[in-house]
Amino acid sequence: MSGYTAHFKVWRGDVKGGDLEDFKVEVNDGEVVLDIIHRLQATQAPDLAVRWNCKAGKCGSCSAEINGRPRLMCMTRMSVFTREETITVTPLRAFPVVRDLVTDVGFNYTKAREVPAFVPPSDLGPGEYRMMQEDVDRSQEFRKCIECFLCQDTCHVVRDHEENKTAFAGPRFLMRVAELDMHPLDAAAEDGLDRKKTAQDEHGLGYCNITKCCTEVCPEGIKITDNALIPLKERAVDRKYDPIVWLGNKIMRRSSSG
Amino acid sequence: MATGTEPPATDPHKLRGGVRTGTRAAIDAPHLRTDRWWLAPAATAAGLLAFIVYSTWRAFANAYYYAAPYVSPFYSPCLADSCEPMRHGPNWDLFGGWWGISPAIIILIFPLGFRLTCYYYRKAYYRGFWASPPACAVAEPHKKYSGETRFPLVLQNIHRYFFYAAIAVAGILTYDTVLAFRDEHYAWGHMGLGTLVFLVNIALIWAYTVSCHSCRHIVGGKLKHFSKHPVRYRAWQFVGKLNARHMQLAWASLVSVALADFYVFLVASGAFDDPRFF
Amino acid sequence: MSVVDRQEWDVVVVGAGGAGLRAAIEARERGARTAVICKSLFGKAHTVMAEGGIAAAMANANEHDNWQVHFRDTMRGGKFLNQWRMAELHAQEAPDRVWELETWGALFDRTKDGRISQRNFGGHEYPRLAHVGDRTGLELIRTLQQKIVSLQQEDFKETGDYESRLKVYQECTVTRVLKDGRRVSGVFAYDRETGRFLVLEAPAVVIATGGIGKSFKVTSNSWEYTGDGHALALLAGAPLLNMEFVQFHPTGMIWPPSVKGLLVTESVRGDGGVLRNSEGKRFMFDYVPDVFKEKYAESEEEGDRWYEDPDNNRRPPELLPRDEVARAINSEVKAGRGSPHGGVFLDVSTRMPAEVIKRRLPSMYHQFKELADVDITAEPMEVGPTCHYVMGGIAVESDTAAARGVPGLFAAGEVAGGMHGSNRLGGNSLSDLLVFGRRAGWHAAEYATGLAADRPPVDDVQVDTAAAEALRPFSAEGPAPGEPKEADGRPPENPYTLHQELQQAMNDLVGIIRREAEMEQALEKLADLRVRARRAGVEGHRQFNPGWHLALDLRNMLLVSECVARAALERTESRGGHTREDHPGMDRKWRRINLLCGLTDPTGGLAATDPVHGQIDLVRETTEPVRADLLALFDKEELVKYLAEEELYE
Repeated sequence: MSGYTAHFKVWRGDVKGGDLEDFKVEVNDGEVVLDIIHRLQATQAPDLAVRWNCKAGKCGSCSAEINGRPRLMCMTRMSVFTREETITVTPLRAFPVVRDLVTDVGFNYTKAREVPAFVPPSDLGPGEYRMMQEDVDRSQEFRKCIECFLCQDTCHVVRDHEENKTAFAGPRFLMRVAELDMHPLDAAAEDGLDRKKTAQDEHGLGYCNITKCCTEVCPEGIKITDNALIPLKERAVDRKYDPIVWLGNKIMRRSSSG
Repeated sequence: MATGTEPPATDPHKLRGGVRTGTRAAIDAPHLRTDRWWLAPAATAAGLLAFIVYSTWRAFANAYYYAAPYVSPFYSPCLADSCEPMRHGPNWDLFGGWWGISPAIIILIFPLGFRLTCYYYRKAYYRGFWASPPACAVAEPHKKYSGETRFPLVLQNIHRYFFYAAIAVAGILTYDTVLAFRDEHYAWGHMGLGTLVFLVNIALIWAYTVSCHSCRHIVGGKLKHFSKHPVRYRAWQFVGKLNARHMQLAWASLVSVALADFYVFLVASGAFDDPRFF
Repeated sequence: MSVVDRQEWDVVVVGAGGAGLRAAIEARERGARTAVICKSLFGKAHTVMAEGGIAAAMANANEHDNWQVHFRDTMRGGKFLNQWRMAELHAQEAPDRVWELETWGALFDRTKDGRISQRNFGGHEYPRLAHVGDRTGLELIRTLQQKIVSLQQEDFKETGDYESRLKVYQECTVTRVLKDGRRVSGVFAYDRETGRFLVLEAPAVVIATGGIGKSFKVTSNSWEYTGDGHALALLAGAPLLNMEFVQFHPTGMIWPPSVKGLLVTESVRGDGGVLRNSEGKRFMFDYVPDVFKEKYAESEEEGDRWYEDPDNNRRPPELLPRDEVARAINSEVKAGRGSPHGGVFLDVSTRMPAEVIKRRLPSMYHQFKELADVDITAEPMEVGPTCHYVMGGIAVESDTAAARGVPGLFAAGEVAGGMHGSNRLGGNSLSDLLVFGRRAGWHAAEYATGLAADRPPVDDVQVDTAAAEALRPFSAEGPAPGEPKEADGRPPENPYTLHQELQQAMNDLVGIIRREAEMEQALEKLADLRVRARRAGVEGHRQFNPGWHLALDLRNMLLVSECVARAALERTESRGGHTREDHPGMDRKWRRINLLCGLTDPTGGLAATDPVHGQIDLVRETTEPVRADLLALFDKEELVKYLAEEELYE
């Protein structure tokens, strides 16, 4: 397979407005969409704004929407498109645009701050932590997250409803709550912080209607919905909606942290 | 700039909501997907609709639901006075004679509730019927969205109670399947095509029931330390493997239960004679 | 002149990778109001690319391990050119730095008894690398990032403002360190998003900007690695140490072209992967150098037994230090025994069951599957050397991480020189970030507090000059002040083209194998590029304009490239990450010699265009002898191979 000329439409503009611009650009064997954007920069549009870093699917910087689907540009190979196809690249559409393909992802950093951090156990010093592999597996899966924010972008709760942004943390940060709640040594409960409850009350877990788009777009293949959000919902049910568990806890005065 | 961002200055004239909110990239199209994104929700909606039509007809038909030794799963257990007599079968007259309409309605509420609050079916009908969202990164047509935070959708949280009920129902259907090893004169040690249909159906029902997300939570997911509960950890792993196929099992068991009922209908109405293997 | 936003801090950390964040945490915990500036988004730093692990002698996997063994491995790996005091501190403190991460929420892979699991790596005598699959760097950066957030949450509770004591300025680039003549007074930066300038006034500045790989064509480094910190220090008057030592990682991807250079983690070999040439031979057995002869297996059988029984067998030569492996691969390819795309084969598919590969090397599996259509559980990978790390860097005091000669300037991480000598062992980078990041933050905070009211003021003239320098690419048509007349009227240069030419030149002329004539040619090319770079022009405006950003980065890449080329030309021996075809052997006389790069024009002016003199002056310096108790950790016979005669008898 040799090089060919592809037809691209790239959104260019800023918060004041903008439009899809047409480009004809050379494509070579084995290239990804980010290579093409770089070629545009080097040859036709030197000021085309784009975020990128590692170009290996590890840093989560080059998130964009390619033919309407949230993806990493560095992990989208040109070979998935036909040569005749027009490839449309736009910035993430759930966040305010800065310029061209760059958006203001500040929403995510704000949400990250709202999740209370890991609480170290008071009786263990550095080097004394003992955790079994099977107990860290679950949280480790969530820690694979590269914070590309594609899940936050695709989630219709905020994508289609700007007004929900204050109440809803988004899949990435609900998963962070799940990660900490499943951490074998997180001592939040001893500190009076019930993550199961705050997931629902403060981070907007109830907004999630488990339609799984976050899982569909995750470039790390994390099962966000099945392994983080639904288990978190079930944990919230334990605290808030399950009369039997509630009654049992009242009578037995036992914590559920077995 | 700094990691904390001030709320972006918005131009109120441009505020149209959703992906067309003023500060976002000015793109008019509600989505730019070029694939056949509508196929999955359309197929889901069609499949669910077909089942609803069929099951409504059968549930209200109040006829052709018993052909010894087979009882339709829609009518099991049969809890009204009006039920057809089934020897040793699951007809216990708990409701007496005042129940006028089809006895299927009494019991169907449980499997219906289980499936209605199931995490997979929720996704399926939110996408397929309610278009919330129709597909990923395709704008939904609603102005407001509060998800499962308010009545009535907050009731989805009672899924685990329907799961307990579903265990009971699956238990009774298992009993029905055992009874299907009789012949039409209630003599034991026989097997027909219907028995096979029942066996497949009950296996799928159990697989679907056990693969439930609530079940996964109850058997072990709620634990913080798997290492201290090795048996529950293994159970959780087993349920987890099934759970990964929850969608497939949901559809397979939906089809199989309809087929089991339809088989009983065919035999009971005389349209088909149950072939016997032994 | 443009309106410049000014803010006051105690400590400013430039760079938000492992070293920068660790420094910021330390400075803030010691009471200094701390600002972090980074070019990318917070949490995207190049540290995420580190895969293998963090080297720390915790002795979880082998009880014989301790800091002395780790120190020894580090010195051997660096061919005794390391600043021994740094290597000592590093080996001693690394375990504490790893354990501390756990108290901040990090989740490493575990041993059977619940401790941190440790894996084998090239050059390390025992399994020593704490890891999380093959995404350890991500875990490190995320843990530090979340620790910063947790400190901000504490500050919020107390002051109502998340950023009252610790603030991250993301997507901002520092172009100058400001001084009041002698001491540091702050930094000048621009916000990439808006193009606005800002000045952070601070008496202490920690540079933690990472490496220089973007000056080379085939590299595992991201766009950020333009040698900013190296250049900032140079321009501020601090010398760079041993810049000739550039590590070429032996295993980078070589196909498809768009991912050429992308890293293939050393864990592949640590976990059992082997290197083969086109004849199917495990060629590394032919490349064990004399200094390592006793430490490595002589047969495939012995090497294979080592994975199960490391106490009674020697390790396979695939796990030699990176410089040896990279050179070996280079030689095999040159001898015509390379793979179809010009590398060699790295194979795990015949060594481990598919599901083990997927569990232990998930991101490698993913990377090859997605980017090259290669299933590493079924077929070998094709790999070749890629520019990976610079051992040279800002010359610092070992204990305090303070840059030499500039009070208030500190440096940690890849940008600091000395720790790794002539070659870095895998896994020693992440521990380096943590150990010296902490030390830099600690001493920067102490220095800033110690000044009390005697803070150096920011000089307005310097701010204006820095702003003018930053804006020059927008008016590139005319001649810049002090430039020869003939530049007048020539069209502006495309910064992308200049960058590509620079990368090509460095790759071809100052690459993995070096020759005198080629390096002289490189210096001429650099001089030419330097002249042209002054006319690098950009289109558009200042808001998120990548062309402009690149035009500004060119200054740094050119400075640093010249340091590398000049130092490489000067050092007439082959050692670690510096291989001279015309001087193939390691020369014991050179062990005590450090090469320091300084600016030719001490005022920080950059007008010099003469290739012979250039912008960089080199100074030779003899290092302090290694402390006797540390030397005693080695056998005499081994020391004879490294140390100069006179050192042995001291």
